[in-house]
Order: sequence, then structure tokens, then C-alpha cells
Amino acid sequence: MTSEVADSAEAVSVAPAADAGFLQRHGATIEYILIPGAALAGALVVFGLFVALFGKNPIDLYFYMYQGAFGTWFSWQNTLTRAAPLILTALCAALPAQLGLVIIGGEGALLIGALSATSMALTLPFAPPLVVQIAMAAAGMVGGGLWILLSGALRQYRGVNETISSLLLVYIALAILNHLVEGAMRDPASLNKPSTHEIGAANMIGTIPGTDVHWGLVFGLIAAVASYVLIYHTTFGFAARVAGGNIRAAKIVGLSVGKLILTVCFMAGSCAGLAGMVEVAAVQGRTNANLAAGYGYTGILVAFLARQNPLAVIPVAILLGGINASGGLLQRRLGLPDASVLVLQGIIFVFVLASDALYGRIGFLKNK
Amino acid sequence: MDFSSISRRRLLQGSAALTLGTALGARTAAAADTTIGFIYVGSRDDYGYNQAHAAAAAALKKMPGIKIIEEEKVPETDAVEKTMESMINLDGATLVFPTSFGYFSPHMVKMANKYPKVRFEHCGGLWTDKDPKNAGSYFGYIDEAQYISGIVAGHTSKSGKLGFVAAKPIPQVLRNINAFTLGAKLANPKATTQVIFTGDWSMPVKEAEATNSLIDQGVDVLTCHVDGPKTMVENAARRGAMVCGYHVNQSALAPEAYLTGAEWNWEALYPKFLKMIASGEGIPNFYRGGLQEEIVKISPYGPKVGEAARKHADEVKAKFLATGLAIFKGPLVDNKGKTVIAAGTERGQKDPELEKMDYLVEGVIGATS
Repeated sequence: MTSEVADSAEAVSVAPAADAGFLQRHGATIEYILIPGAALAGALVVFGLFVALFGKNPIDLYFYMYQGAFGTWFSWQNTLTRAAPLILTALCAALPAQLGLVIIGGEGALLIGALSATSMALTLPFAPPLVVQIAMAAAGMVGGGLWILLSGALRQYRGVNETISSLLLVYIALAILNHLVEGAMRDPASLNKPSTHEIGAANMIGTIPGTDVHWGLVFGLIAAVASYVLIYHTTFGFAARVAGGNIRAAKIVGLSVGKLILTVCFMAGSCAGLAGMVEVAAVQGRTNANLAAGYGYTGILVAFLARQNPLAVIPVAILLGGINASGGLLQRRLGLPDASVLVLQGIIFVFVLASDALYGRIGFLKNK
Repeated sequence: MDFSSISRRRLLQGSAALTLGTALGARTAAAADTTIGFIYVGSRDDYGYNQAHAAAAAALKKMPGIKIIEEEKVPETDAVEKTMESMINLDGATLVFPTSFGYFSPHMVKMANKYPKVRFEHCGGLWTDKDPKNAGSYFGYIDEAQYISGIVAGHTSKSGKLGFVAAKPIPQVLRNINAFTLGAKLANPKATTQVIFTGDWSMPVKEAEATNSLIDQGVDVLTCHVDGPKTMVENAARRGAMVCGYHVNQSALAPEAYLTGAEWNWEALYPKFLKMIASGEGIPNFYRGGLQEEIVKISPYGPKVGEAARKHADEVKAKFLATGLAIFKGPLVDNKGKTVIAAGTERGQKDPELEKMDYLVEGVIGATS
């Protein structure tokens, strides 16, 4: 016992020098964890105060949030199911962000991806399910990819602001979807809920064995990891980040920035398009207005909270999935309105944006 | 579900609750005999579709042995599946009311198959023999109430021009527009209804624009079929037009301008459902009805409704209550001149043809596509 205490005391006495080195060497990484973590904790405290103003006990609140999001196996599955589309739609914002582009039109790419995937399935009525599924995924990715490519091309060739154009394209995508679903592609039997024909039970991609969570989660994880490798461990990704850092410098060193923009926009749209395909092939079984559920918009929030890092998108999407999953319990047990979840998301967003100013300014992490 | 693991988790939850210093254990295990879950697609206080259900849920809350749990703004995606499951798994709900049309297929059907011991009652869907037996659908022939609103509107309008703010040209909506117009023509054969489709169920900006545009064209009585009629009612009243309400009584929003309205009467229906369950007979899987069955009702007449209008409307209402009147009967011509119901044919409320309505009757100005 005593020797142990002595050892640890000794360790403490030598710690400052060793620790300072460690903190400085890994300062950037620690910042990436510490600052968003602190922002999140701050947001939760403020939300607790907000809820207390309505006469609810904040301790109850935190408990129900935990229980609804992560407290049981069912809650975990609920959380992961909600996180699955968010990983993919977040990548739609995070990838172009490497180039300094702010794309907020993931919702549109999701809708077009869903529509493309459904069309593909309906044109292949006799193909074996695996072929249909692969074709649907390809169609969804190409459809969504081309949709965001439009914004990239408008930016590259016409100087149109990509943020505005991608947002406006969401409304166009929704109008196209409604037009087709209520017109040419409508299943005449869908009386009060205009929808396309169903893709067929055999073509549904189902859930991950042993869970309720659909395969969209796995697609999301693969896409996020692949994006991370692409951005941080390939010359393509390096070129993209150079262009994102300083576009003139990138041009001077001979990078073809235009090609980079178009390629990255296509890949970003493909991710959201794949999310649309998954919504059709794993959830809805057909396309209708239900698909416009706002995953594209929540994805933007995820991407910003993850500081546009494709790998960080995964935990953040799970966190937001958890917040959404616990929203129901907050309504039912605490009698809070649905909007309370939006309030929390808003508070988190503000805290994370504000905390951006702290990077590189935390004294004990700085290299002197 | 694996019960052994549940009890372990419950234990963990319980201990977590204790360490947090709250009496949560007592709250989760409520003393209620029956837990009923209500799921709404919009907000509970929308002065419309969702409020009609929420008001009925509030009425059930007063019944002994009943615990009501509610969730609002649940999208028609797998989120609603998870909400149903969460109500069943975490709150012990044994009866679930997913009240929005888009919840039916595939979401509620999937959950009904997964939880065969839970009863699912869906508002608006068309349950068929192929659907799970522990699920059912109910709806009301609210076009009967719209027909009476139309009579009142036809009598009260000075210009003979009525307006209808509608969401989508789907059968349920078309049926309301047509019934309203046919009612108005009973009162004033020259009356017309100008319809504007906003394209979706909750589009307040477009609903306000449509209301203004209709009034600019000389319309002096408006009604609507959108999720929340509040926008239309308030804007029309502000512009000096009169309104007929929809879903719930909106007279509080426009006490002077409110003539009458077509309302749901879920407060009457849901207790009936509970009695059916308690008596052991169960709820029929396919349940429909109108004024006679007390599934829909009519708002009390407002101050601007004249004697003739009241008398006429009451007469027709009495016929609905007594024998069940057919609103749609031949010869009926649509607004393109095509005969849609031949002379001599009478389509009663339960006629499945009416569920497929795709036309606007003569007297309606507007198009379905």
C-alpha cells in the first residue's frame, strides 16, 4: 500500500514535464475532443435550465434522455436507426466542406436518390433481388451525385453561390418528386397517399441480423471511413484540402480545382442519394412525400458539429440520433412539447459554433 | 423480447434513478390498467386535425384506469415505428392510435405484425382482410358535415362565390369540396366554389396567399381542408370574409366571421372503442360512420347565420340523422361536363366508388391536376 502511494506521489512529482510534452504533442487531437465535449456539456446545462424554467426537473430530463437514447437495447437500436441516414446526409455537407464549399442541399440529393432508386427497381421487375438492390444503390448514388454536381458546376462555371443553389435545388427536387408521385409514377391504388408502385418485399434490404437497425447504418459507416481515408490519406484528399485552404495557391501549384470541385460534389451527393435509396429499400418500400423527413437538414447540423471531419460524423450522428430517439420519451414522461428537441439541437449548434473560437487558444495545449 | 434482460435493465434503471435521487421507479410503473398511446403528425394545438385527436385523448384521460401517452410531430418514416415500439416497450401501451394517414402502410402494419398482442387503431386507412387482425382503421364521413356547411355558406354568401383552400387533390379532399359545393347549390343554385390546392398538408404561407387571392376574386365565404385551418380562418376574418371551419371548432379564432364548421367527434368515438374492448366484443377492423354514428358533428351556428339558413341546414341534418342521406347521386356532372354518376344511381356513403373520387362537380372552379 504505502509503496504504491509513494510511487504515485513520485509519478505526480515528475508528471508536469512529461505531461506538458504529451499535451503539446497531441494538442490538436485533444482539442478536437475537449472543445466539442465541453460545448456539448454546456449546451446540456443550458437546456436543463431552460427545462427548469418550465417547472420540470432537469435531473429527470437527463435521466430520460439517457434512457430514451442509450438506456436499453431497444433505445440503442432506436438511436442507431435514426443515426443511419444522418451519417450519409452529413457526408453530403462534410465532403464539399474540405474544398471550402458550403453545400446544404443534401435533402434534395436524398429525394432524387430515392426517386432514381425506385425508378430503377420498377424497371427491373424480374431481376433477382441482389441485382435489383445493387442497381438501386447505383441509381440512387448517381442520381444524388448528379444533383449536387449541379450545384458544383453552377459554382465552377457560372460563379453561382453553391449554398444558395443547393438549398434552392431542394425545393426543385421536392417539386419533381411530388409531380412524378402524383402523376406519371403514381400507383393508381394509392388513393389518399399518392405514392409510386412498391418495389416489392423481395427487394427490400432488411435489417442487420439480430437487430432492428437497417443496413443503412453499415453503408453509412463504410462511406464515412472511406471518406476519411480519401480526405486524409490520399493525394486526391490532400489536393482537395489544399484547394479548400487557399484556392489561388492550389491553382498556382497546378491543381485542377474545377475537377476537384465537380468530383467531390458528385461524391457528396452520392452519399445523400444512397441515404435516399436506403429509405426506399429499407423503410418505405416506395417513394412518396414521406421521404422528405428532413434528414438532409439534420445532416448539415451533424457535419458542422463534427467540424466536417468524416470520421467524427459517426459519433455525432449517433448523438443526434439519440437526442431524436429520446425526444419521444421527453414528450411522454415530462410532457415537454416536441419542439424541445429542436431547442436542444439549436443550443448545441450555437455552443459548437461559438466554441470554434477556442481552437488553438487553450494555453496549456499550446506549443510555446 | 428477452424478459430476463429486461428485468436486469429495469433494475439498473431503478438503481440509476435512485442514485439520481428521484422517485422514478414509481413513475415508470404507473398504476393504470390500460396505457393508450396517441401519435400525431403535427402539433397538438394546431386548431385542426391533430387537435381534434388530442382533444379526444384529453377526454379519455379523465376516465378511471386509463393512462394516456402522447407524442406529437412524428414523421411518417421509421420514426413512427420506433415511437410505437417505444410506447409499447418502455410505457407498456396496449392500444395505439397512430392518427396520421401515412402511418398506416408500411409502418403500422409492420408493427402490428411484430406486436400481435397490442391493438392498433389507425385513423383514415383502408383496412382490408390482408392486413393484420390486431389492427384496424376508422374514419368519418365528414363530407356530410361539409354538405351542411355548404348549405349555410350558400345561404349566407352575398356574392354567391365560395372559396376552398385545399391541400392535395386526393379522394378525401375532393369529396369534401364536392359535398360543400353540392350543399351550397341546394341553397343557391348559382353558387360556385373556387378551389386552390396548396400542394401539402401544412403550408401556412401558401394557405394565407390562397385565402387572400380567393377574397380578392370576390369570394366572401371560405372553408378549407388542410391540417391546420387557423391560417385561413384568421386571415379571412381579418379581411372581412366569413368562414366555415374544419376539423375542430375554430369559432374562438373568429367569433364574428365563423358560420359553422365540419368537426370530428373523436371524443364520442374513442370512449365507445374502449367500451367495445372492455365488453370483449372488440373494435371492428373497419369502422366508418357519419353524423348518424356520431363520428362527425357540426359546429354551433355563428351570429351571421340567418333564420332561413339555420332552418334549411337543420332539416338536412335531421335527414342524415334519421335515414342517412346520399349526397352523391345521379345525375351528377363534373366541372368538365362529363357525367360522373348516371341518373338513377345513388352512391351511399359506404360505396367504395366514392373512396376513389377523382373529379370536381359542376359548380367548382378549379382542376384536379
